[in-house]
Amino acid sequence: MKLSEIMQRLQLEVRAGGGSLSHEVNGGYASDLLSDVIANAQEGDLWVTLQTHQNIIAVASMKELAGIVLVNAREPEVDTLEKAKEENVPLLVSPLPAFELIGRLHKLGLSGIRA
Amino acid sequence: MRVLYADLHIHTCLSPCAEREMAPSRVVREAKERGLDVIAICDHNSAENVVAVRGAAAKVGLAVIGGMEITSREEAHVLGLFPADSGLVAAQNLVYAHLAGENDPDTFGEQLVMDKQDKVIGQNRRLLIGATDLTLEEVVRTIHEFGGIAIASHVDRPSFSVVSQLGFIPQELGLDGVEVSSWNALPLRGEWPVICSSDAHRPAEIGTEYTCFLIEAPTVSEIRMALTQIDGRRILAEG
Repeated sequence: MKLSEIMQRLQLEVRAGGGSLSHEVNGGYASDLLSDVIANAQEGDLWVTLQTHQNIIAVASMKELAGIVLVNAREPEVDTLEKAKEENVPLLVSPLPAFELIGRLHKLGLSGIRA
Repeated sequence: MRVLYADLHIHTCLSPCAEREMAPSRVVREAKERGLDVIAICDHNSAENVVAVRGAAAKVGLAVIGGMEITSREEAHVLGLFPADSGLVAAQNLVYAHLAGENDPDTFGEQLVMDKQDKVIGQNRRLLIGATDLTLEEVVRTIHEFGGIAIASHVDRPSFSVVSQLGFIPQELGLDGVEVSSWNALPLRGEWPVICSSDAHRPAEIGTEYTCFLIEAPTVSEIRMALTQIDGRRILAEG
């Protein structure tokens, strides 16, 4: 499924990286510990987190994730927004809490486990 | 120039997670018994026992640096070591303004403020175990603004470290150094000055890890020079 479709169906708002919304999303990963994301997220995952620090962009870029969704209506820090634009990493926000958003992503067919 | 043994990360009974036995005169006695020359008191998000520990150490030849272990909004711990108590108190007030919540002693532990004779003179009611809403960058900036040096706590640990929370240490953060909890754990290949300390929460842990400095005096400004290797000051080979 393309990121743009997920975005529309779950009413996610784009804060940066709008040029990369045609990325294919292969699955999902949720974690607020960046060391854990580095260790366990997979290429093409959509990453759900509440961390807004600029390091999230570097981690998403390094792991070639499909994008980042910030939950609970959290907004990225200024540095984070700049980095996301620079690196063209899709940075989306949702007013939903993580549990609810992840449930809806799962319903759309995204899985946290790869066959 | 002198060789000084330093344990720059010690909690007192003010930290909810530390034992009640971490009272000012006990901390001082243990530090002396282990041969330390200088300690820093770094309770979670507060510095209200610094003066008492320094008072308890006044006549025994142990230098006490005032500090705090500040929790950023990402839940990363950063040590701030301050050369003057005025800066320490100002930093503490700013931390308080950004720290929400009230402590529940039954759940998290008591937060005892003591005098130099270990008499309880108050309880801190704030949720010191909590996180401030300051970003990591703001924490480091605050420490610097009030004249302190900023050292990322126990970066080798899997929780509450800059590395565990944020994956890696941002280059532009402006840290003065990083702390490891064991010299064997050294993971950082010389990108930052490294100190090692005990992060003691109970008396037996004081001085179990330490850093050996070649400096003129047990002060924050001398330690700052050692971290950047100025005028012959430096950190000696570990242990």
